[in-house]
Amino acid sequence: MEEKEVLLSVEDLSVYYITHDLGTCKAVNNISFQIREGETLGLVGETGAGKTTIALSIMGLLQSPPGKVMNGSIKYKGTDLLKEKPKYMRKIRGKEISMVFQDPMTALNPIDRIGNQIAEVIYLHQGLSKAESMEKAAQMLEMVGISRDRFAEYPHQLSGGMKQRVIIAMALACSPKLLLADEPTTALDVTIQAQVLDLMNDLKKTLGTAVLMITHDLGIVAEMCDKVAVVYAGEVLESGTVKQVFKNPIHPYTIGLFGSLPGYRPDSKRLQPITGMMPDPADLPPYCKFEPRCQCKCDRCGAETPRLIEVEEGHFVRCFRAEKENG
Amino acid sequence: MSKEPKLKTVKRRSMGQEALNRLLRNRTAMFGLAILLLVIILCTLAGVICPEGDNAQDPTKTFVSPGAEFLFGTDNLGRSLLARVLYGGRVSILIAFVSTIISAILGIILGTVAAYYGGVVDDVIMRIMDVFSAIPNLLLAIALAAILGSGVFNCMLAVGVAAVPHFARVVRAPILAVMNEQYIEVARSIDAKDRRIMFIHVLPNVLSPIIVQATTNLAQAILMAASLSFLGLGVQAPNAEWGALLSSSRQYMRNYPYLTYIPGIAIASVVLSMNLFGDGVRDALDPRLKY
Amino acid sequence: MGKILEAKELKKYFEVKAGTLHAVDGVSFSLDEGETLGVVGESGCGKSTLGRVLIHLLESTDGQLLYKGEDITHVSRSKLTDLRHEMQMIFQDPFASLNPRRTVFQAISEPMEIAGTFSKKEIDERVYEMMDTVGLARRLVNCYPHELDGGRRQRIGIARALIIDPKLIICDEPVSALDVSIQAQIINLLLDIQEQRKLTYVFITHDMMVVKYISSKIMVMYLGQMVEMAPTNKLFEMPMHPYSKALLSAVPQLDVDHKHERIVLKGEVYSPIDPKPGCRFAARCPYATDACRIAAPPLKELLPDHLVACHRAEEINGL
Repeated sequence: MEEKEVLLSVEDLSVYYITHDLGTCKAVNNISFQIREGETLGLVGETGAGKTTIALSIMGLLQSPPGKVMNGSIKYKGTDLLKEKPKYMRKIRGKEISMVFQDPMTALNPIDRIGNQIAEVIYLHQGLSKAESMEKAAQMLEMVGISRDRFAEYPHQLSGGMKQRVIIAMALACSPKLLLADEPTTALDVTIQAQVLDLMNDLKKTLGTAVLMITHDLGIVAEMCDKVAVVYAGEVLESGTVKQVFKNPIHPYTIGLFGSLPGYRPDSKRLQPITGMMPDPADLPPYCKFEPRCQCKCDRCGAETPRLIEVEEGHFVRCFRAEKENG
Repeated sequence: MSKEPKLKTVKRRSMGQEALNRLLRNRTAMFGLAILLLVIILCTLAGVICPEGDNAQDPTKTFVSPGAEFLFGTDNLGRSLLARVLYGGRVSILIAFVSTIISAILGIILGTVAAYYGGVVDDVIMRIMDVFSAIPNLLLAIALAAILGSGVFNCMLAVGVAAVPHFARVVRAPILAVMNEQYIEVARSIDAKDRRIMFIHVLPNVLSPIIVQATTNLAQAILMAASLSFLGLGVQAPNAEWGALLSSSRQYMRNYPYLTYIPGIAIASVVLSMNLFGDGVRDALDPRLKY
Repeated sequence: MGKILEAKELKKYFEVKAGTLHAVDGVSFSLDEGETLGVVGESGCGKSTLGRVLIHLLESTDGQLLYKGEDITHVSRSKLTDLRHEMQMIFQDPFASLNPRRTVFQAISEPMEIAGTFSKKEIDERVYEMMDTVGLARRLVNCYPHELDGGRRQRIGIARALIIDPKLIICDEPVSALDVSIQAQIINLLLDIQEQRKLTYVFITHDMMVVKYISSKIMVMYLGQMVEMAPTNKLFEMPMHPYSKALLSAVPQLDVDHKHERIVLKGEVYSPIDPKPGCRFAARCPYATDACRIAAPPLKELLPDHLVACHRAEEINGL
């Protein structure tokens, strides 16, 4: 498969939350990843891994203070978004890059009709007339499987799954090049989640949108994504294509994540969880962030910081064990 | 687990001790407490500081400005304002505390019962409270004082009862919220009885609004008692009381402003110190605000 | 092994503004000692209400509930106290289920304190013993809940439920609010203590993989009714109700080689308020016929131990 052009390139991004009473929370530490056109990258990690902070930084929605980008760049089609003015970001947001948030219950304005909310996004970004925007909004509703008869309804008249579909319709209304989906189905039931994921897959195909899928569910990554990056304490610990990482997980944390899943090894009597818990982001281990919980650490892990090593083409791992085995 | 300390070596911290420690570390609260204590001590020692009493008149020395002879000056009858403020403070602070305690106790009981039992009980109690809230507080206190007759104790009662609807409302709303918390359901699931749920799980979690209400109410009570005194329904004429001092000085305000300022400053400093201390107590009682 | 809990046509209705909400509508099952019954379904299917009815946090509207053969549908206050020593509940949200003003010790010891028959020394000993059992370090005994993470809080909830030695524990989504790695720790813990103490669980969850892992049999609920009940392996090998099929197929799979076929349900969920007659799943069911919209399907034992409530189950599954 021929590689498409790089759409978004995050390089060496560090984001800290600086507060007086809680100290400095190192939410994101030197993270780099790329998304090519039309590609879906899964960002997996547990609570506190820094996933949402990354998405907010890309959108330019990071609350500052206390949030602060310490270093790095976020290049969208070659332009560093971090260096652009808020006015430029407003133009990009919704038109080129849009975002779907986790909670469909709070992301819609409760006192505005759903159709109007979609139309507003179109009107603001596409230079269409009000009537044209309305028509386009109705089309968007149909595209996400909601009858245009419901155009004039209010959010409280819709179920959770429908609300999330409305939000997706809003996010895709201006055919963005990149969609950031932050746990888009976590608040939904499984059968509704299946509907939404199916819809996203279809839209991805028809519109050619690239997606950054932020999730804690490895199953969703397996079904939706081309590539995956496993994030822990604000660092990428392992990345590669979904096949590479799922068939041959190398980092002890990735292995631990799979071992924690009840469906991973149906024959085993016990789950193989990761011991301990997430480190405090205000007090991270100085070297390998996973070292305190790691089952197979060695002396080097507590004395040096591991780099990302390419173990096979496109498959990177941040672990000394991998380094040893691969020279 | 073998490295864990043995049973005896883990000392249990008592909640009260911790709260006290937190309170003692809170500088603003301690500042408030210091002022409050200072005022209370001075008022208690009024007899020592001003042995002549609060009603010693000297017609030759009316309207003496504050100075060496009379620290706070004298009023239209030549009474030392220092003595009037100190003796008046006794009455004012007492009325404030007692009436607030009365309204807090009645309000908490009514609000709690209404929130806990809900339904008809809630409706009846809260509608009665609504009726009372519809009458301005002061009017209500005046009506009560008129029924009860004048005097310090009746004044406390009137001021206290008039504020009950406020307390009931302030208590009821957070209790309703806490009653929906999952830990209340948990308590039921482990067979906790109503009284235990109320005292251990609900009330400690609604302390903050109660304390805030109480501290603001103290200030209100002083002012209300003053109004009653002014109308002749509270503290009787020759006896000093801060509110009465304030209102009687009104007519001389233009020429002798110190007669207004000094009792005003006294009221303000007590109210402020009560608020500061109240905030500190509220924070100290909340373990989530430990740091 | 005898029957520990039996429910017969259990119902719980709530009167709401719009009508009568049928939260639990005719649920029957029997549970042997040491078994784990998994109750699965989506939000609003009445599984949490069922749990609360079983433990008498809610009074059932109709039906019968038996504990060790004894009728406990309606019990006196003192009998309820006895029952609470036999049955306990672990709650979903480890953040909301602990009183923020009570320390770990106070939270765990509360059931013993309420019982009132234990000495201070006994309570001390038992609390520390429970903390060891659930893997909470003893130094945390004086911490407040907000100082602890979700996994530890849930361990407090488990210790509290276990401290007076119950026989039956209702687990209401005990791991749903936790991260995967912590979730696995808690599941292992629940399995270990079940083995040590011969506990019986009713495990309420929406997570199909967790329920498969932990349960010996599973009840699938939809809008207050049970649509299918079968031993775990049978249900996963051959789900017979169209809803169970859709539910199982909707779970994202880890297999990256074979994209499995998902049954995507169309249509919207019926309201459980004054439900229409007929099968409640009919509006979303790919197999629904006119007959389904007229009469509610009865629960039939199509294969040994495998109950299904569907008019067309035989036809669809080729039986």
